[in-house]
Amino acid sequence: MASTFKGGHHVPDHKDLTNSRATKPLPDCDIHIYPLRQHIGVPLTPLVAVGDTVCVGQKIADADAYVCAPVHSSVSGAVIKIEPYYDASGSMTDAIFVENDKKYTVADTVKPRDYKKMLDKDLLDAVREAGIVGMGGAGFPTHVKLSPKTKVDYAIINCAECEPYITADHRYMLENTDEMIIGLKIVMRILNLRDGYIGVELNKPDAIAALKASPECNEHIHIVPLKVKYPQGAEKQLIKAVTGRRVPAGKLPADAGAVVVNGATAVTIAKAITTGMPLIERNVTVSGDAIKEPSNFRVRTGVPASFVIEQAGGFIEEPEKVISGGPMMGIAEYNTDYPIVKTTSSILALLHAPKTYDPVTPCIKCGRCVDHCPMQLMPYRLRQAARKGDVDMAAKYYATECIECGLCSYICPANKNLLQYIRMIKPEVLKKQREEAQKNGR
Amino acid sequence: MAGNYKVSSSPHVHTDATVQSIMRDVIIALIPSAVVGGLMFGWYASVVIGAAIVSAVLAEWIFNLLAKKPNTVGDLSAAVTGLLLALNMPPQIPIWMVCVGSAFAIIIVKQLFGGLGKNFVNPALAARCFMLIAWTGAMTTFREPLVDAVASATPLAIMKDGAQGTLPSLLQCFAGFKAGTIGEVSGIAILAGFAYLLIRRVIKPTIPVVYVASFAVLTFFFGKEAMNVEYLAYQVLTGGLLLGAVFMATDYTTTPTTPKGMVIFAIGCGVLTFLIRRFGGYPEGVSFSILLMNVAAPLIENYTVPKSFGNRGGAVKR
Repeated sequence: MASTFKGGHHVPDHKDLTNSRATKPLPDCDIHIYPLRQHIGVPLTPLVAVGDTVCVGQKIADADAYVCAPVHSSVSGAVIKIEPYYDASGSMTDAIFVENDKKYTVADTVKPRDYKKMLDKDLLDAVREAGIVGMGGAGFPTHVKLSPKTKVDYAIINCAECEPYITADHRYMLENTDEMIIGLKIVMRILNLRDGYIGVELNKPDAIAALKASPECNEHIHIVPLKVKYPQGAEKQLIKAVTGRRVPAGKLPADAGAVVVNGATAVTIAKAITTGMPLIERNVTVSGDAIKEPSNFRVRTGVPASFVIEQAGGFIEEPEKVISGGPMMGIAEYNTDYPIVKTTSSILALLHAPKTYDPVTPCIKCGRCVDHCPMQLMPYRLRQAARKGDVDMAAKYYATECIECGLCSYICPANKNLLQYIRMIKPEVLKKQREEAQKNGR
Repeated sequence: MAGNYKVSSSPHVHTDATVQSIMRDVIIALIPSAVVGGLMFGWYASVVIGAAIVSAVLAEWIFNLLAKKPNTVGDLSAAVTGLLLALNMPPQIPIWMVCVGSAFAIIIVKQLFGGLGKNFVNPALAARCFMLIAWTGAMTTFREPLVDAVASATPLAIMKDGAQGTLPSLLQCFAGFKAGTIGEVSGIAILAGFAYLLIRRVIKPTIPVVYVASFAVLTFFFGKEAMNVEYLAYQVLTGGLLLGAVFMATDYTTTPTTPKGMVIFAIGCGVLTFLIRRFGGYPEGVSFSILLMNVAAPLIENYTVPKSFGNRGGAVKR
């Protein structure tokens, strides 16, 4: 029996476009762009100046703050400029531009290590120094995640990959099987756990078989098959499926005794510790019906999206929509100049974006949003609250619990953009809750 | 590369289902009942169905025109209302009455309250009750199926008041050989529609199943003939209970959307139907029960808001 959660819906996944395509390396790209914020937390300060020569794996930006992760150069060459640039989210951040000398000289700080001989604390420091963040999309610094305030019982690798189209983690499981499990073992060491879990959706039977057949797999590594249903890979839904526990409202996974690490992140942890090479590359799926040859690429960070799309044969026809990430939670891009960063799992180009600008029809209270919400919310009521600007009503209907998976908007036959309304009112609710907490002297 | 692609808030993909496709599914699900009604009661019943649909659609179109609102005939909801109303008519009802009923459903019950999704009671049922009060005679005169113009009492009327007539067999009731409204006569046809709605996931089984079950339990233990399985079967198979439970009590707009709310709503329908049939003046009572529960639906929903994921407990306490 596959594990799962209440609610959710199987969205047509289109994974067959790329799931059997082995990841290919990209040719040399002349200019690499490294935004100084590729994570949740404070932006970084550059450690290099214009004109400096950098090496592959060299740390080029960092900050003293706890919640942040350093950025490393993925090529060797000269820093040509440091100036603001648009990132995939559409916001301007300072970025370091490096001209690739195509020699790929490796920094002398990159040295192989044996994780079995390292102290737990040194492992955690190494994760931080490698600039590792949640590579599923959120970009939360992994070393912070791996330092929970309370003892946890479960270390879970998230290989659900429930977003349609994306097969980047699927390819990691097939091509970096051992490293995936070594990554989990390192996480287990840091968290001082005997057992670890890898959650995989059942639509990837080859990946499940590969993981089980790996020489690194043992009786303490549990491969958990998950029902194919969106959003199975959402952190709280995954924890529910694997452990049966629910993360309480407003709390962190650690409060339910679990730490979830994305599959790509686990592989990168293993590589960073064993080879010493920090996070400088990742799998990126390039897919969608507008792409000539849908493919998986191993991409060095900082490459512009347009360069990656060209390597996939370019567009068949001008797409209507280009998305960074998956179609459910990704960000619509107005052009393809944005650089691939640590959190870019995919580039999607869709010929048609049906219903994007279509008119909405009246809500008939069909209740599909209520039925499918994985957080058991009432999205149509939250929309009413948002339209009225009624913060108290939104709070009563648990606006802050929304994980923004977008399933309500997907499923709505009246084409209401329910999630957009919830996003509007959610910060207001949080603000009011903070103010009230302050008033009560906490 | 060019750029200027469409941007919008996520998600970027959407289901194919629309309000129109849902309404189309409801119409398809009602076709078996309409066909059996036509077969049993002849061409006139088919004319009644056609007149009800056409007048409902016309009423919607004319109202939109007069109110300078966009034309909403295309969403098919007016056609569904007309069809449902026709299936709730006795087969020999005068056509003009049907047309007035359809217009009442669309203009008074639906459009004056704001149109699609804003009505607080089921338009077809409200119109039926309006007609029942306005033209009691015409609305309560039924006839035998397959024969012309032989007035007959419905099985429930025979059982309740000892009205003149022979009680059809249970099998006849289930198949459709009985006096009744056009759409209610065949249990088989209604269940076929029910199955289609379930397969297409237009409705969930909760309301029909709980409604019929709660009514059946009450009738079995406290009915006029308690502990009598045959009596119970007649009560369930006649009087429009199945038609009401499957197609009326599941109307989206006038029923709760919450899982617990649906159960409470359906139990309420079952209890009221039982009370009306057992102690009230009307032999059937399905329409009034559903209408009364329609009015209570928003209240039920307010009191059955599900607890969110993170407020359901289930995290380990240390």
